[in-house]
Order: sequence, then structure tokens, then C-alpha cells
Amino acid sequence: MNDRNQRIAYGETLIELGRKDPRIVVLDADLGGSTMGKMFEAEFPDRHYEMGIAEANMTSVAAGLAQTGKIPFTNSFAVFAAGRAFDQIRQTIAIGRLNVKICGSSAGVSDFGDGATHQSVEDIAIMRAIPNMTVLCPADANETRAAVKAMVEMDGPCYIRLNRNDYDNVTEKGKEFKIGEPTVLRDGADIAVFATGYMAGVALKAAESLAGEISVKVVNVSTIKPLDEKKIGQLAAGCRGIVTAEEHSIIGGLGSAVSEAMRKSGMPVDYVGIQDCFGSSAHCYSDVLEYYGLTKEHVAETIKEMYERTGVK
Amino acid sequence: MMYSNELIGSLQEKARQLREDVLVSIGVGVAGHLGGSNSSADLVAALYFYKMHYDSKNPKMEDRDRFLLSKGHVAILQYAALAEAGFFPREDLKHVKEIGFYLQGHPDVRKTPGIEAGTGSLGQGLSIGLGMALGMKADKISRKVYVLLGDGELEEGQVWEAAMAAGFYGADNLVAIVDKNGLQANGAVRDRMDSDPVNAKWESFGWNVIEIDGHDMEQIVSALDAADEANGKPTVIIAHTIKGKGVSFAENVVGFHNAALDKEKYEKAMAELKEGRK
Repeated sequence: MNDRNQRIAYGETLIELGRKDPRIVVLDADLGGSTMGKMFEAEFPDRHYEMGIAEANMTSVAAGLAQTGKIPFTNSFAVFAAGRAFDQIRQTIAIGRLNVKICGSSAGVSDFGDGATHQSVEDIAIMRAIPNMTVLCPADANETRAAVKAMVEMDGPCYIRLNRNDYDNVTEKGKEFKIGEPTVLRDGADIAVFATGYMAGVALKAAESLAGEISVKVVNVSTIKPLDEKKIGQLAAGCRGIVTAEEHSIIGGLGSAVSEAMRKSGMPVDYVGIQDCFGSSAHCYSDVLEYYGLTKEHVAETIKEMYERTGVK
Repeated sequence: MMYSNELIGSLQEKARQLREDVLVSIGVGVAGHLGGSNSSADLVAALYFYKMHYDSKNPKMEDRDRFLLSKGHVAILQYAALAEAGFFPREDLKHVKEIGFYLQGHPDVRKTPGIEAGTGSLGQGLSIGLGMALGMKADKISRKVYVLLGDGELEEGQVWEAAMAAGFYGADNLVAIVDKNGLQANGAVRDRMDSDPVNAKWESFGWNVIEIDGHDMEQIVSALDAADEANGKPTVIIAHTIKGKGVSFAENVVGFHNAALDKEKYEKAMAELKEGRK
């Protein structure tokens, strides 16, 4: 068992929940081996639907299944789950507020080898813009398990964004996931960092690296939507400035969401994210992260820069 | 003859009534989808008043047949059928598309009783219907899902993704009905983007194909009954129809896909539809 991978956590949790709840069904578009839909298929062959390489049809079929009382999870890479099937999600699932769960796997630049075509830099922006949609981006494998449980417990459409690669957990195993509730990973008083997904752990390391120099609060925003604007404001209160960190374009993602929440506060916000460009192939995950500045060093620099420019004269 | 004259006659009258109600809901001076409503009216009448099992007082009853209007732009026709079937008052048809009203320009699953899916972005209804068909099979509900598509709609690639998957899954509780009126919004289907030969396409995807005159009520009910012969394959009924059927100046005229009627035209159309009464 691999405790450090979100996809595996997802696959295991679906089985665990599927044993208790016969309404759960899973659909794949020939990527079940990667999305870990194959794990559910092995356990529940009659409740797994292979839809072939046809994401649009898969997504609308899920809408139909939801209309018969099932809780369908559709799996694909995030680029296809959110991009190729956007219209199907919007028209049928979101307008009707149908109980369909959409898993965008290998999100961000985590599919490092495949390059721009397979790296989703805009899936959060796309899903966040759709009314009625809930958007989750858990920080790690532990939180993924809890988030998938919460997805089943909520009624309505929900998108979850998952990373492809193994990395260390930063959240506690078994902790309940409350949709819409940001959690403090580290307390601090000078700068508030709001981070999501893989970048939550990176932000934490950045904050640790600045210990003694700048007091940095790190908040894990694993629900991108609905975003509790009041809570974001309370968490940032007293700090000099805000830095957001995400494995996503700086346009439309967490940074935008936090800026929207803080729009009346006058508090400065800066972003760590992908600078409005497509991804690139790399030989390893760390290379692509480094290339796009998704590192603890870059987060620390951004915090420092924010700290310095907001200093008392 | 398998079907009584009385049955066929009563269904023809239902279809005539639906066309009249469609006209009422379009009214004067506001654009409405007359053409495609009138081409589908006989098919929809046969489904709601002959074939389908449902309870208008309990729209979510589990043991029901389901109808999806994949060509969602003719929502007014489905509203007319739902009103006639008792899902909501017929007077409400006059208020279709009023701001905030529960009868929207396209079917809304949240707002309107009897609507099974939000449709209107063309090409998606068959997939949704397949999902329902698979869900019902899993739950051992031996009812059917009927999906009405336009022939122009067959240009959408997702229709064929759904056709392939339905054939693959042997969804013999799924019935597609293609309203083949030969016209799409901007011209004749054969001139804009020909979807023919359409029968061969469905057959090659593993479907039973039944071809009928979509205004011949006996052929319609006979085809719907034939689709009950489950043989492990989904069934498609290719129904040849006339866009705008029943209104002389709109028949086979592209311009009446979504058009507003002036008072004179409205009255002429109403007179013709009333005259159609047996």
C-alpha cells in the first residue's frame, strides 16, 4: 500500500465507500489503469462502466446514471475531465445540479512526461466558473481519502483535482474533510500563504525555511469553491500581505479566488503559479516544478518580497 | 389491422391538440420553434398517450418509462404533452419563457415536473438516455428510455459515441427516435452537412433500425411496439417527417425553425390546426 499517492488513495477510498454504498458507480475512458478506476472495476465489475475513449459521452452517461439514483464518479485526466467534457458538465450536470462526481486525475503539471497537451493549467478556473459546482483540491493522499468521503456525502456536482505523483503527506490521516473549510497548517503573523494541492506542502516548507526571519501562516485551501470569503478574511487578518500558491495558472485559480474574497480589504496579494502559459514535458516531476517556479525557494522569495514591500517605513 | 381506428383516431387528435397548444405557447410576436415541434408532434403524442408508463402526479415514480427530448429546442412540444398528460395546468403554456417561470426555453430538470434531463446543447440526450438505461438495467427496472433526436442533431459527434456505447452495452431498453424532417436551422440537412445514409450508420453501431412515416400514427405505434422485442440491441426509429407539419405556410420552410408569427399568420395557423380536427 502506497500512502503517498492521491490516485491510489482515491481508488482505495472508492472501494471502501463502494462496499457500504451500492449507489456508487465508476466510469472510465480507457484511463482506468492510471485514474485507479481499475481498482474499483476489479472489486465491482458490474458497477464500473468502461466508456472507451469518449469523455463527452462518459460524462453525459454519468448524468443519466445520477438520474436513476446512482452516485457516478467519472475519471479521466484533468485536461479531459474538465476540458473536453466542459459542455456536458455545464449543460446537463451543473444546470440540473445532478449528483455527479468528476475526478480530474494527473492534474496540474503532475503528468510531467506528457507535456502541454496533458497538463491542466486551467481546470480549476474552468470548473470554478460553473454555477452549482463544488471544486476540491486536496493537499495530499490523506486528505484525498477524506475528501472523497465528503463528496459522496454531499448532494450535487463536485470536481476533485488529483496529483499523479508520490509525495509526503502534510495533513493528518483520518481527519474529517469539511467542504468549504480552509485549514491552518502552520500559524504565523506576518504573511498569510493560501495554498492548494501539492503546493500546500511546498508552502509549508517555504514557511519553515523562513522561520526566525518572517512569521508565515500557511493555510490549506482544499475547497476552492465554495470559498468562505469571511473565513479567508479572518485568516488573513493582522498579516501584512497574502501569497497564494497553486499548481495552476495564475489566471482563474486559487489566486484569483482569494483576490476576489479579499477585494475590499486593501490587502496586497501575490501569486505563485503558472504564469499564463502551457506546460512542458520533463524527465521528472521536480524538473517541471522547478521550471515553472513551483518550488519552496520561489514561494519563500515571494513571501520575502511581500514582507519587504509591506514593511513599516 | 392490429390497432383500432378508435385508438389511432384518438392519438391523431392528441397530436393535433399538441400542435395547437404549441401555437398557443408561441403566441404572437415572440420567436418559437414551430417547425421542429410540429414535425415531432405525432411521435410525442404516441409516446405520451399510447406507449409510455408514467404517473403525472408522481413524476419521479421509479417504475416509469422516460422520455428525453434531445432536440431540446422544441421544449414547447414536450410542455404541451406534459400539460395534456396532467403534469401541470395547460394555461401555463401561455407563459413559456417568461422571466423566472418554470417553463424555460429549453427543458430544465430542476424547474419542470416531468422533465428528465436538461437538454438543448445538441448531441447529449442519447448519452444521458444511455446512462438512465444502464442504471435501470442495474436496478432491474424493466422500463424503457425514449430519446427524441433531430436529424440535424446527428451531425454532433457525441451522438455516435453514445450509439457505439449503447450497441456495445446491448442497451435494449433504449429507443432512439430520429425526427427526420430534413431541415436544420440554416437549410436542408443534405445541403448543410448530410448525415445520410443514416440507417446504415445505426446498423453498423449494432442497433435495430425501423424506418417509418413519422406522421402515420399506425406506423408510429407499431414501431414503438416493435421496439419492445428485446434482442440485446438498442432500437432506433427513423421517422420521416415534415417540418412545420399542419401549418401550410410553415411546412418544409427553413424560416420556421424558430420564428415569430404576426397576428395574421397566427390566426391562419390556428384555423388550419383547428380544421385538422376530425
